[in-house]
Amino acid sequence: MQIEQLSVAELVEHIGKGDLSAAQCTEHFLGQIRDKNDDNGAFLAQCDQEAADAAKQIDASIAAGKSLGPLAGLPVAVKDGICTAGVTTTAGSKMLSKFVPPYDATIVSRLKDAGAIVIGKTNMDEFAMGSSNENSAFHPAKNPWNHDHVPGGSSGGSATAVAARMAPVAIGSDTGGSIRQPASFCGITGLKPTYGRVSRYGLIAFASSLDQIGPMTRSAEDCALVMQTLAGHDKKDSTSAPVDVADYMAALNKPLAGLKIGICKQHFEEGLGDEVRAKVNEAIDVLKSLGASTAEIELPYTQYGIAAYYVIAPCEASSNLSRFDGVRYTNRAAAEGLEEMYSKTRAEFFGEEVKKRILLGTHALSSGYYDAYYLKASKVRRMIKNDYDKAFESVDLILGPTVPTTAFKFNQHAADPLAMYLADVYTVAANLSGVPALSIPCGFDSAGLPIGLQLQARRFDEATLLQTAHQYQTQTDWHQRSPQS
Amino acid sequence: MNQTLETTPAQRDAVTDADVTLIVGLEVHVQLDTQSKLFCNCSTAYGADANTQTCPVCTGMPGTLPVINERALELAIKTGLALNCKIANYTKWDRKNYFYPDLPKGYQISQFDKPICGEGHLTISDAKAAFETRDIQIERAHLEEDAGKSIHDETGAKKPSKIDLNRTGTPLLEIVTKPDLRSAEEAKAFLTELKLILTYIDVSDCNMQEGSLRCDGNVNLHINVDGQKIATPIVEVKNLNSFRAAERAIAYEAARQLRVWKKDGLGIADAPKQTRGWDDANQKTTKSREKEDAADYRYFPDPDLIAVETTDQEINAIAATIEYLPAKLRTELMEDYSLEAYDTEVIVSQGIGVVKYYKTVADFLTKSASGLKSPGKTASNWVAQEVLRYLNEQNCEIGDYPVSGGQLGELLGRIAKGDFDQTRGKDVLAQMLENGANLEAAVEKLGIKTVDAGEVEALCQQIIEENQGVIEQIKGGKVQAVGSLIGKAKKLNPNINPNLVKETILKQIGI
Repeated sequence: MQIEQLSVAELVEHIGKGDLSAAQCTEHFLGQIRDKNDDNGAFLAQCDQEAADAAKQIDASIAAGKSLGPLAGLPVAVKDGICTAGVTTTAGSKMLSKFVPPYDATIVSRLKDAGAIVIGKTNMDEFAMGSSNENSAFHPAKNPWNHDHVPGGSSGGSATAVAARMAPVAIGSDTGGSIRQPASFCGITGLKPTYGRVSRYGLIAFASSLDQIGPMTRSAEDCALVMQTLAGHDKKDSTSAPVDVADYMAALNKPLAGLKIGICKQHFEEGLGDEVRAKVNEAIDVLKSLGASTAEIELPYTQYGIAAYYVIAPCEASSNLSRFDGVRYTNRAAAEGLEEMYSKTRAEFFGEEVKKRILLGTHALSSGYYDAYYLKASKVRRMIKNDYDKAFESVDLILGPTVPTTAFKFNQHAADPLAMYLADVYTVAANLSGVPALSIPCGFDSAGLPIGLQLQARRFDEATLLQTAHQYQTQTDWHQRSPQS
Repeated sequence: MNQTLETTPAQRDAVTDADVTLIVGLEVHVQLDTQSKLFCNCSTAYGADANTQTCPVCTGMPGTLPVINERALELAIKTGLALNCKIANYTKWDRKNYFYPDLPKGYQISQFDKPICGEGHLTISDAKAAFETRDIQIERAHLEEDAGKSIHDETGAKKPSKIDLNRTGTPLLEIVTKPDLRSAEEAKAFLTELKLILTYIDVSDCNMQEGSLRCDGNVNLHINVDGQKIATPIVEVKNLNSFRAAERAIAYEAARQLRVWKKDGLGIADAPKQTRGWDDANQKTTKSREKEDAADYRYFPDPDLIAVETTDQEINAIAATIEYLPAKLRTELMEDYSLEAYDTEVIVSQGIGVVKYYKTVADFLTKSASGLKSPGKTASNWVAQEVLRYLNEQNCEIGDYPVSGGQLGELLGRIAKGDFDQTRGKDVLAQMLENGANLEAAVEKLGIKTVDAGEVEALCQQIIEENQGVIEQIKGGKVQAVGSLIGKAKKLNPNINPNLVKETILKQIGI
């Protein structure tokens, strides 16, 4: 049995039947991490003891014939921006290098209640600000398909962990593409749920109105299984929606006949790599062969998405990150007096990108600039949402590339940060409008790097995303390919 | 208003008090009486050990999120309704960003442009008619979370500051008036009436020592110089932690601003808004250490909270929970109980418990002694003098008063019927208070018996015979000398009714 190649359903089934113990399974993936992490840097922390203890409990429950949770024994890697009780949670920042939360994020509790086992905390761009993992304050994760290339970000560690078979499932968070872009770069399946579908309680906030936690897995089926546990209202998060959760697994096998897919012309214009375009077009043909039809749609205001995003996200971040002031749980720089403590602490323990965005956001919110920046960006956001509402009157899904290119090399965008920001060009609109979006692998470029296909659906219609992705994956094997390293 | 008018020292010297109008607006922070904090479940109880009433949410730990306390919202709406405010059907939350160690998130969750309560008014009046009754306009009232408490070393030893986050996240309603108050007395009357209303509708304990009611004042002067109005720079006076402090600080500030203006002539456009604190020990305002540059709080909508929509039905349901308001009770006492404004104020200012008690006494008395000229007044005299004195002395609430309103009413009825006099009545009341005895038992214990007419006649006869000297004086025109005879009669029989003694003696000697 090649444990690391098993699907989530298979792992849970084997563990439940007793032909693979939770302890063996956990130890296998912890071993994978030990073997590979020095090379690819996917993890910032491993939870050997906690995971072994949890596995032992699951095995004891199995031996005692107790009823098991739907994910019993499943090892899960969790992005380090998500709080785990008793386990250091850094959000990729030196500011929090010694922060041990006394509480689990709601999704961590839900995973544990379902029997999943947290095996480690994955690398990320500091406070989720970045598209390459180069902004991790510790070390970047590397793309398992080619270590000279970035895994994407900010959930780059999570994507690397799943692609490199160090964890069957990783949890990420997505503010402007932070699940989908690394999923695309690493050739895995990543779902950004509808805003409000998954509780944000315990997710260290980057931009609260855009952040959403979601699963990163190899297949759509794995994704559906995990999503079933993550989704649902949480009374600790006022922005989580009291909307019933669909049966995602039941949706997977429905045929695609009658499905209307919208194609947005702007997603195929200048800036899109030829190889990406070709593979996305091939994917469209596959879906058509399954009975789906396509129609051209317009999303005119999404062209302003990047601009609106890079106002709104830094504004919220500038306020969200104020709590990291040296007074309580953060690191604190030696200083005389209050103001010096603030400035030295924040100068020393925040990275450059974080400081840049705090300055941007602080400026944009200041008196005299608020209307021109934050307010205007909020209006653009509403227009984008209107675009989506209109489009979804005539189609069930919107399809396009996840990212214009495949994974770029480390330092490639060092001189031109704007080029890096454009990596989010197709992904930010889903965050701005709140719709769910998913990235699945749809081929490789000539350099052997994965290409991602993005699907977007109506709010709270994750089921259609997962169904379409799963049906596509019954016809293709891109999601089953594994990197050499 | 002319903001740039230059004045000469001679013009300024010529200004008299009659040319000066004091302009005051108040900002009052009221701690709403909820069990738990505004955005988490921590207790709001006062006086616990430092940092024992905290949790990851109110200490601003990463990833935690606020959840609104519905009760605080209800109490805010109730307060708004009592202050005649327009209640917002749509209200939202905003972040007020600033750094301070007792503000754990680096921002305070407050309400910026869509407060829960819009414009309203509160009527002030003075029972002694020192100013005219009028409506003070309220600009708005919004909900916000309190910050924590910083404790700085004031010994000069430069010890580290300490922070107590127990108070962090406590629900506050900030009530802001328009600059509508024209004197320190009016400001005090506003605060007094506001506190009374808050107490009547039971939304806050209004304990100023514990910081449940805090007040800042914005003060400046409008000065008439040769027909042109000049405004002095606005000063925000903080730390007004008693009504007397508020009154004195405003009066002090009015005099200070006039003095300063006479010297420098600076108007509102010439100087930024200044913050001063009231120094109660030295009875003066002093300039605060805070920076002068206008703080930029970078308000923006809090993305962690959703807007609150309240229907008119929900607002009406909250309005229905307001049982008593002082203004309505004043009218009732004056119209239905024929009380004067002053007596009404004495009762109403004590709170709803005393008002209810008073009404029980008065109603009982009215029923049992229909002949009495003004039962309302008699009842108010007894409540104001006897009952309130006891509550004061014993430092207790009307609910703890040992004699029920019905019993006191009955006692007053007996006095009215002439069973015994007022002085004897007070003895009976003292007996009831001391021993928890009921009326009959107290009367019996004091040996009070109704003295029949024959006994009175006989006793007066005896006194006349034994005090011929006094009788001569009375006959000679000094009628008030009968008082000494009444005293003697009471010694012989303490139950005797002194009025009856007087009448009988005078009748017997033929006057």
